[in-house]
Amino acid sequence: MNLVNYWREFFLKNGTAVALFMIIAVGMWLFMMIILPQLFMLDFSIRANVPPPKFGTEEHYYTLEHYKYMVFGSALATDTFNVIDLSVFFRTIGAAIFVTLIDLAICYPIAYYLAQVATGGWSRLMVLSLIVPFWINEILRAFAFKIIFGSTGVINNFLIASGLLDQPYDFIRNDIALWAGLSYAFILLMIFPIYNAIESLDKNQIEAARDLGSPWWRIHWRIVVPHAKPGISSGCTMVFMLTAGALAAPQILGGPSSLWFTQIIYQGFNQAGNWARGSAYAIILLVSCIVFVLVMMKIFKVRFGEMMK
Amino acid sequence: MSADVRLETVWIRFGDFVAARDVSLHIQDGEFFTILGPSGCGKTTLLRAVSGFLTPSEGRVLIGGEDMAGIGPNRRPTALIFQNLALFPLMTIWENITFSLEVKGVGIKERRKRAAELLELIALKGHGDKMVSELSGGQKQRVAIARALCAQPQVLLLDEPLSALDLKLRQHMRTELRAIQQQVGITFIYITHDQGEALTMSDNVAVMREGIVEQVSDGTTIYDEPDTSFVASFVGENNRFVGKVARISAGIAEVNTEDGVLRARCSTNPQSAVSKGDDVFVFVRPESVRFLDGAPTDNQFKAKVYHEEFEGNLWQVFLDLASSQKRVKMSYVNDGSITPHSADTEVAIGFSERAAIALPRGPLAAE
Repeated sequence: MNLVNYWREFFLKNGTAVALFMIIAVGMWLFMMIILPQLFMLDFSIRANVPPPKFGTEEHYYTLEHYKYMVFGSALATDTFNVIDLSVFFRTIGAAIFVTLIDLAICYPIAYYLAQVATGGWSRLMVLSLIVPFWINEILRAFAFKIIFGSTGVINNFLIASGLLDQPYDFIRNDIALWAGLSYAFILLMIFPIYNAIESLDKNQIEAARDLGSPWWRIHWRIVVPHAKPGISSGCTMVFMLTAGALAAPQILGGPSSLWFTQIIYQGFNQAGNWARGSAYAIILLVSCIVFVLVMMKIFKVRFGEMMK
Repeated sequence: MSADVRLETVWIRFGDFVAARDVSLHIQDGEFFTILGPSGCGKTTLLRAVSGFLTPSEGRVLIGGEDMAGIGPNRRPTALIFQNLALFPLMTIWENITFSLEVKGVGIKERRKRAAELLELIALKGHGDKMVSELSGGQKQRVAIARALCAQPQVLLLDEPLSALDLKLRQHMRTELRAIQQQVGITFIYITHDQGEALTMSDNVAVMREGIVEQVSDGTTIYDEPDTSFVASFVGENNRFVGKVARISAGIAEVNTEDGVLRARCSTNPQSAVSKGDDVFVFVRPESVRFLDGAPTDNQFKAKVYHEEFEGNLWQVFLDLASSQKRVKMSYVNDGSITPHSADTEVAIGFSERAAIALPRGPLAAE
């Protein structure tokens, strides 16, 4: 009954046309773009891998073999566990955490500066200079990083010319180019939520803490960070999710020996022709990321409602 | 521990804008000192210079005789109570109050003990574990005071802390603030645009206009003996006559105005002295204007009642003078001795020369 009233009010408040548009648009978005594809993925992942003509036949039976494969590997393999895929998976998660922390360390001071210190034209200029690089295509940017970090790239040339190194350092093989590229790619997604959160902090709070004798680090620890926690969490969540799921940057900037988990998923779909395994791996990545984020939110006592502000 | 505060020829500029113009003040150790002025007069700027949030462009700030140049707000013996209080909403009340001790690394046991003592002082015993949002306006106010006192400042700075409260609570908090000040015995510097607050609480009041300190004195002197036309028009209400001094004798000026020759006393402050031929204002307070029942006085007018307002204890009467149609306000106590007048009643009013003051013409407060 309440629900009926709610919808009636929704229609009365917005008018029929707007209300219908909102319901259809949001519904389409949710169902067509999010729920339906994921359901298909899920369905793929728990069925045997057969070519499309055999879909729906007896050979297309339900099975958990792809999930098992991720953990235990092929029945023919000598190892007890699927060491290769598992290590790539955990390395990817670890690297995503690392990139998230780097972004947090870089973006928190910038966001604080933009929100509380910079004024007028200067702050607008800073925001603009943060946004403009993102007008450049992601792949182009990745290749640019590859050039910069290459063995004859600007950075190596500079380090050798200045005498700090006597031979080029392999930034690519050592994943530094990849971390830099990924950190750079999602910087805005970290800065803006934190900026929004810190901007709503009353300047007097900071001054009051300072007046009561607090050094700057305690002001951040006790006043600014607790206030910005929802923004920090939503920034970290986005960066973590997108880094763990990134494909282009690892493809281009990753070293020859370091695979990203998404590349294995990609191989499943494209090279191995094993959509079922690709789907299972994609689902594993998605669920692990969600669980990880939820656990982190629990540990840091962040509520969903706060993050949406 | 308490300290005096001295401002020596302080100038504060923001680009072309001058917020404080050659301000020199000496605030005595242990005194309740108020800086009174309209918004934008530079009073908050001055307070921020004392607390250390901004550095004067010129001049010195001394607290307890020590030059504060280069000493940040976190290392000054001052505590500031903000206009919006700036309590920390994500901390409990007791954590708020003892934040200054937390900063010093005092242990939690000692902090809780100190919080309990201060909560008792501000009559909020047992509220320590609540959050700020659970308190009423007056309670938050008191927590802000306790938080500032917990830092054991030698000087407490208050930036219009009562302005967010309703009238009743504001009047109550005035008394309470004054009591707390006498109890802890430290110097209070209080900023307000509310003359009622300034006059009731303070030992001394500085009146400011556009970055200039116009007068520093105790409350009664500010009200009764204003030095400048600004102070006379800003503090309390005043009727104003414009004129030129015709003659001065025995401290009484005879001033030619549209409403005839008015007799008014001259200021005792030599800087506000007037002499023959000067352009002056004559100020007289509404409560000094009386109905004349046959008894003559120094300055007399025929007038017509325009309107009477009843305020309970007082009647406020607005009259138009017969000579110039000038609107004059008077007030009398509702003690039953005077029957209210209907509009357009013709009456005789007047005031004594001692009740009026002649001051050099200068800037006036915005009406």
